[in-house]
Amino acid sequence: MKHFIRKILSISLVLSVVLATSCHGSRKTAAFDIPDSFDDSRNIEITFWAKNDTNITQTRIYEKAISDFEELYPNINVNLRLYTDYGKIYNDVITNIATDTTPNVCITYPDHIATYMTGNNVVVPLDTLFEDPEYGLGGTELRYDSPSIDQVIPEYLDECMIDGVHYAIPFMRSTEACYVNKTYVEALGYELPEVLTWDFVWEVSEAAMAKNPDGTFAINGQMTMIPFIYKSTDNMMIQMLRQKGAGYSTEEGSVEIFNDTTAELLKTVASHAETGAFSTFKISSYPANFLNAGQCIFAVDSTAGATWMGTDAPLTDISADKLVQFETEVMTVPQFDPENPQMISQGPSICIFNKEDPQVVLASWLFAQYLITNEVQIAYAETEGYVPVTSMAREDEDYIDYLNREGEDNSLYYSIKIQASKLLIENTSNTFVTPVFNGSTSLRDAAGYMIENVTKSVRRHITVDDAYIEQLYSDTSSLYRLDRMVGGDLGPLPGASKALLTTLAVVWAGIGAYFVYDRMKKKKQ
Amino acid sequence: MKRFLAISMAAVMLFGLCSCNKDKDTDEAAESSAVSEESAADKSEGVMDHAEYVAADLDSEVVIEAYVQDTQSWWNDQITVYLQDQDGAYFAYNMACSEEDAALLVPGQLIKVTGYKSEWSGEVEIIDATFEIEDGNWIATPADVTDLLGTADLDAHQNELVSFKDLTIEPSIDADGNEVAFLYNWDGSGAEGTDSDLYFNASVNGQTYTFVIEYYLRNETSDAYQAVQGLNIGDTVDLEGFLYWYEGAQPHITSVTVK
Repeated sequence: MKHFIRKILSISLVLSVVLATSCHGSRKTAAFDIPDSFDDSRNIEITFWAKNDTNITQTRIYEKAISDFEELYPNINVNLRLYTDYGKIYNDVITNIATDTTPNVCITYPDHIATYMTGNNVVVPLDTLFEDPEYGLGGTELRYDSPSIDQVIPEYLDECMIDGVHYAIPFMRSTEACYVNKTYVEALGYELPEVLTWDFVWEVSEAAMAKNPDGTFAINGQMTMIPFIYKSTDNMMIQMLRQKGAGYSTEEGSVEIFNDTTAELLKTVASHAETGAFSTFKISSYPANFLNAGQCIFAVDSTAGATWMGTDAPLTDISADKLVQFETEVMTVPQFDPENPQMISQGPSICIFNKEDPQVVLASWLFAQYLITNEVQIAYAETEGYVPVTSMAREDEDYIDYLNREGEDNSLYYSIKIQASKLLIENTSNTFVTPVFNGSTSLRDAAGYMIENVTKSVRRHITVDDAYIEQLYSDTSSLYRLDRMVGGDLGPLPGASKALLTTLAVVWAGIGAYFVYDRMKKKKQ
Repeated sequence: MKRFLAISMAAVMLFGLCSCNKDKDTDEAAESSAVSEESAADKSEGVMDHAEYVAADLDSEVVIEAYVQDTQSWWNDQITVYLQDQDGAYFAYNMACSEEDAALLVPGQLIKVTGYKSEWSGEVEIIDATFEIEDGNWIATPADVTDLLGTADLDAHQNELVSFKDLTIEPSIDADGNEVAFLYNWDGSGAEGTDSDLYFNASVNGQTYTFVIEYYLRNETSDAYQAVQGLNIGDTVDLEGFLYWYEGAQPHITSVTVK
């Protein structure tokens, strides 16, 4: 049912290239200045581009938020356009920057905003709006209870900052979790550690590859078993590098991913893909499908996908006869240093696009801010393993009650979903984001591409060695245009270039020397 | 001194030109090498018939010849193609293809596809593929597989152009609990005017099955999409489409005839 997501996975590759040319034709809009007061004497039309996880409840929440907001501000009409993929929103925004037809309010990722900002005054900087006493966060003139800036989780607010300026407000946050078939882990003779480590996952995964004489896997008696499946391989590489303290990129956008640690990690992944112990969503399918059929032990997916995980999951794509009974443990993603767990912070943010009419921009801000009020935050967070982005919502008694009712049913209070949310709440300080710059989306895609590639290669009996990695680095850099990225590290100068520059320096020194010599000679004469 | 300067400048320019030429020569050699290796690989592989393709291991390289039956929308130098020959069908997922070449992939066109056999949630497909246009033209006649619905024998027709006769439209349940004839996206989370697939249920012989109008195969401008938007519960329909697989049969419908 959710398989269609697969068909739009490849969108992002081309987008950074598209933007490089598309912004040139856009008209220049003046920077936004906050009007003295909001004009409610005339009708204002704004468009809101939002993303849902093909989840009708999320759609309903957006619709209700709009309806409630329009009741508070009868002169503002919000038109909703729904997407089911961030990449598609990104693509459409880029296309519309050129024609000055961007939406007013948009659910997005900071990586994407960094690219949108290639245009002139396209995205509204929000710091002044945050602090505005009347219309800012917690402002006196708002017709709803808005959180103050101190009530927005600081880590999440920081994620919306580009070059020291806030260009978005967080909307929802999630991270990745490892959904573990604890029953199978214990049947293999292992006990789950408090914090999952990469070594443990690889070891158990290899142990699960043992087969019966009839060719079925010993652990599940089936012909299929992929013990470890990772949904988002870009996150996998990014988190591994972060945990290892290895290079990915600098804050300024210099690419550092093509290093020895990456090579070592890719070889490790390849060795386990070769035995069949590891695969990916792109290669095999959704981790949830395999997990719930007893064909996977470690399924890594977003906490925002928790409603698909486990025997009793409220959502499933596999038929009832394929479901296997097992105990699910929701754990942090595997770690290299369990004492210092690190995991990605992900989830949508909200940005506002600049327009000629400041009243329209102010109306956009009023609506954007409404999306982080308690009612919207709590309702949306309960649809999946998301968490609210404000302490105001997290401390709301309704939300606390929701968390406390974990496992009461297999729908709203589905235990795996609430455990996933709790995992993130408990690990907020252990989350991180990657630097945001124009091109950071391409670098992220490249990180996943390399894991996908080594996995496919070993399945095709291609050796993954130093020469392979060297070629992969070159191909990846070229494919994602990382070699052309502004701020990218071009590496040391080639010998020929150094020689050329040295020769040039010598020639100019010669010219200078001749000039001085000529002047002195003329003086003497 | 002037002579020294002139010679030095000339030397610098010559050096620069040599450096550039050296890089260019290296690049050309690399490209030439890559092309010859690719050609050699192509020549070393024969073209499989359908039985050989079915017997081929997953993740092995496959080379097939088949006739284009339909395509999904071209995007980002990739295209997904429904292929068939007289012995069976193939599904080439996200095949490398320029926009110009995509225009050549019209129904009936014979192509040679080189890629890797793969399986994704039960769908056996060719991935990481390239293709060549060949001489030949053939359109498949839909095989009526109505009686095979719900049986293990249906799998043998995977990806083929098939038909289903005299099905009855059954209700789908929308988010508000209402019975409707179809949904935008599997749970109704889509909407008219977006890129939403259409899902609808239809029954035959007392069993109900789910069918899909894949947006990138038949969008809102197509007769099939519009026909589903106009369906009523209880309508009797004939369907045609490709027998796509996702955790079981999930036909991609291309034609809907309301009786």
